Amino acid sequence: MDLIPHLFRTESGKITTVLCRLFGMEYMELAEDITSDTFLTAMETWPYQGVPPNPTAWLYTVAKNKAINHFTRDKIFREKILPTIHANKNSEVEFNIDFTGDHIKDSQLRMLFAVCNPVIPSESQIALALRILCGFGIDEIANAFLTNRELIYKRIFRAKEKLREENIIIDEWPVSGISERTTSVLHTLYLLFNEGYYSESDEQIIREDLCFEAMRLLHLLIDNEKTNTAEANALMALMCFHTSRFAARKDAAGNMVLYADQDESLWNQELIAKGVFYFQQSSGGDRLSPFHFEAAIACWHTNKTDSREKWESILDLYNRLLKMKYSPVAALNRSYAIFKLRGAEQAIMETEKLKLDTNQYYFLLLGELYRDIDRDTSIHHFKKAISLAKTDAEKKSIQRRVES
Amino acid sequence: MQEFMLIFRHENASGKVSPEQMQEWMKQTMDWIGGIAAQNKFVSGTGLLFDDAKVVHHSKKVTNGPFGEIKETLGGYIIVKAESADEAAEFAKGSPILQGEGNTIEVRKIAKDDGVH
Repeated sequence: MDLIPHLFRTESGKITTVLCRLFGMEYMELAEDITSDTFLTAMETWPYQGVPPNPTAWLYTVAKNKAINHFTRDKIFREKILPTIHANKNSEVEFNIDFTGDHIKDSQLRMLFAVCNPVIPSESQIALALRILCGFGIDEIANAFLTNRELIYKRIFRAKEKLREENIIIDEWPVSGISERTTSVLHTLYLLFNEGYYSESDEQIIREDLCFEAMRLLHLLIDNEKTNTAEANALMALMCFHTSRFAARKDAAGNMVLYADQDESLWNQELIAKGVFYFQQSSGGDRLSPFHFEAAIACWHTNKTDSREKWESILDLYNRLLKMKYSPVAALNRSYAIFKLRGAEQAIMETEKLKLDTNQYYFLLLGELYRDIDRDTSIHHFKKAISLAKTDAEKKSIQRRVES
Repeated sequence: MQEFMLIFRHENASGKVSPEQMQEWMKQTMDWIGGIAAQNKFVSGTGLLFDDAKVVHHSKKVTNGPFGEIKETLGGYIIVKAESADEAAEFAKGSPILQGEGNTIEVRKIAKDDGVH
């Protein structure tokens, strides 16, 4: 049954966030435990009693009851947490757990900002946000970061400890530096999106729900005037342009279809139009962000027709993007733009300077560039790419390219 | 990895060549810098404008200039990461600035705050 993992992904973060907002940051683990326990109950009962008509509402009710049971039973909770909750809420007598849409949205936005607090190193902010707000498992986060689970576990543990020490309160909005804080939040969402879009960590190539989850969280920022920055709109444009190709990225057998082989009629024109809308919204700021460049590149790719103007613009955008923020992916895509403009030999020269000896896409690109120049070298690079690929689907996809 | 400043010395070309030529040089410069950035070796840099340039002298007297007619005028710089001055010099070779006869790029190591410099 795929329903429970799916619901865990979409709902566990909401439940944990609402509970944590109520209990206070120092009881984050308690909130997480109640959430896990709720899903455990679902797994134990749904197969026998059937899936309830409204599974989400069922989860909220069970989580609420478990929280109430916990505080009536648990001495520490009764004597320590409850009085604080009451004190904070101006002696509100009713212990109110609010799972309405607006309260969830508001709590998630506040939680995003609490978690993305500069007292925590940025990589830990990202890990914690993925864990708490998006229901990511430790392994998934480790894969997204291309690192091991122990390191991620440590990062999350220390991040929680730091939030406790610094007494970060979810209800408080940052008074100053909201734009820097917004940037930090946007990077978390960018990473979440990429995990779904490129997904090296799983057999399934596209995990669309992760991408849409990132877009949903980004909407929280865009819907709030305090956080509706030009950069946020540029990121939304980028996500819309990318997701417009979802339907065309997989063939009937579930294999990845490369951009050049995609059927354009499957591209989602509605998402492309949305992307253009947010891209226009992103022009209002006083500075360009890496997201602006990436969105502009993605915008060019919504039209498959090749032209010199298109590839010159894309090369220029990659030059500017790299100057602002280096990433191996951008460096390799820049090489590809050089290939389109100046041919394989020039592109090989530029690519070999990159020396990305542990990057499968580096070898994949070299394999393609050498295809018509030196067959043996091409195959050698493809084999290297296969040995570095993390999933069977990727290995098979590269193998097909060797044989093509 | 050390940091080196590549200092451009060249004549001010604006007004002397066509806007298309300027555009072409700009594009080549962006490609050159993009190639360094693609290797994660670009740190920072900028061009320097000749308009409204001033020189402040020992006597605190301020004069106009330097003017761009002189080949050796400082026109801009970039800072790159490199293992050695030789590697930094290799980067410099790719710059379109060197297409102009008499133009030079000076390679200088950045003094780090190591207690010596």
